Amino acid sequence: MTRAAISRKSSWPRWARRGSMENIATALIAIGFLMLFQPFALSLYTYSFITMLAGTVMFIIVSKFPE
Amino acid sequence: MLNRTAENVARATPEPLARKVRGISDKGLAWLFISPTILLLLAINIFPLFWAIYLSFTNYRANRPNEVVKNLGFANYQRILGDKDIWIAMQTTAHFVFWTILLQTLIGFTLAWLIDRKFRGHAFWTTLILVPMMLSPAVVGNFWRFLYEPQIGLFAYAISFVTRIPPTDIQMLSNVSLAPWSIIIVDTWMWTPYVMLICLAGLRSIPEYIYEAAEVDRASNWRQFWSITLPMALPFIMLAVLFRGIENFKMFDMVNLLTGGGPGSTTEVASITLKRQAFESWRTGYSSAFAIILFVAVFGLANIYVKALNKVKQR
Repeated sequence: MTRAAISRKSSWPRWARRGSMENIATALIAIGFLMLFQPFALSLYTYSFITMLAGTVMFIIVSKFPE
Repeated sequence: MLNRTAENVARATPEPLARKVRGISDKGLAWLFISPTILLLLAINIFPLFWAIYLSFTNYRANRPNEVVKNLGFANYQRILGDKDIWIAMQTTAHFVFWTILLQTLIGFTLAWLIDRKFRGHAFWTTLILVPMMLSPAVVGNFWRFLYEPQIGLFAYAISFVTRIPPTDIQMLSNVSLAPWSIIIVDTWMWTPYVMLICLAGLRSIPEYIYEAAEVDRASNWRQFWSITLPMALPFIMLAVLFRGIENFKMFDMVNLLTGGGPGSTTEVASITLKRQAFESWRTGYSSAFAIILFVAVFGLANIYVKALNKVKQR
């Protein structure tokens, strides 16, 4: 069975596939990480933890999604 | 011989116990064997983690165990994430992590590449290079304190020999601009062999026939390095960066032994601040919240690296 046929059969929404969602989660973690260690603005540092936490939790959840 | 030993063990097993074991399924037996490890992991890793999460929402102080513990909600987190001193400690940590990883990766990979040439006596040099990694951080810390001594230290003497600056002017541990670099030098000296070892494993895993094919195609050494060696060793380099990155975010022993966070707070990395809050100011709840923030940062970083590693492997 081809890959296209498998993806046609899957009822999982295309936008919620693991690859793209993992990319969003990774971007959130990376942004949070940079915000935590940057020397420019205290406000960015203040919101770094919540950004990183959101990204990490999202990564744990979406890594269980189908491809 | 082995069969006879197994037979003897089977005969020596008391009959009631043997009957019990015979009644257990394979899966049950597997669980029986791994349950001590799981229980130990739960007791040593998982329980303290959840306990620290609980404490991070309270005003608990370990030096006042009988005091009533109040629930503060997210107050500890808000205080930490608005504290300028902790923000500076984070920047100091980032500075250390960036430079140590950069230097260790560059030097470690170069050493691995040279060792992989298999020149005469390469085994001896590999063993010699690995020595710093095998030493205890406490020994390394004390040893480098003596080396950095401006009066009697070999390091100050060597620098003064090259630069003609008097050794007494080379105050590596008490100079504000030199103290962070003194720790970076020691960490690089100690952990470059570790990076080298992982890179060497990567280089040794590249099949020889790929180079032979490149030779047939008349690819230059430079071309072979950029098109074969580096891409094929990249997953290993990334693994080394991940391991060192996580370890260096928690860097404590070396900083504590060499400078103790000083002079002033120029080398006060996050783990030193954490220790001061937890065991000098006895703000256990506050320091638990700080530890959770660091944990999330390292955990997030590990996720990114694992994803990147999988991508590189798929190529």
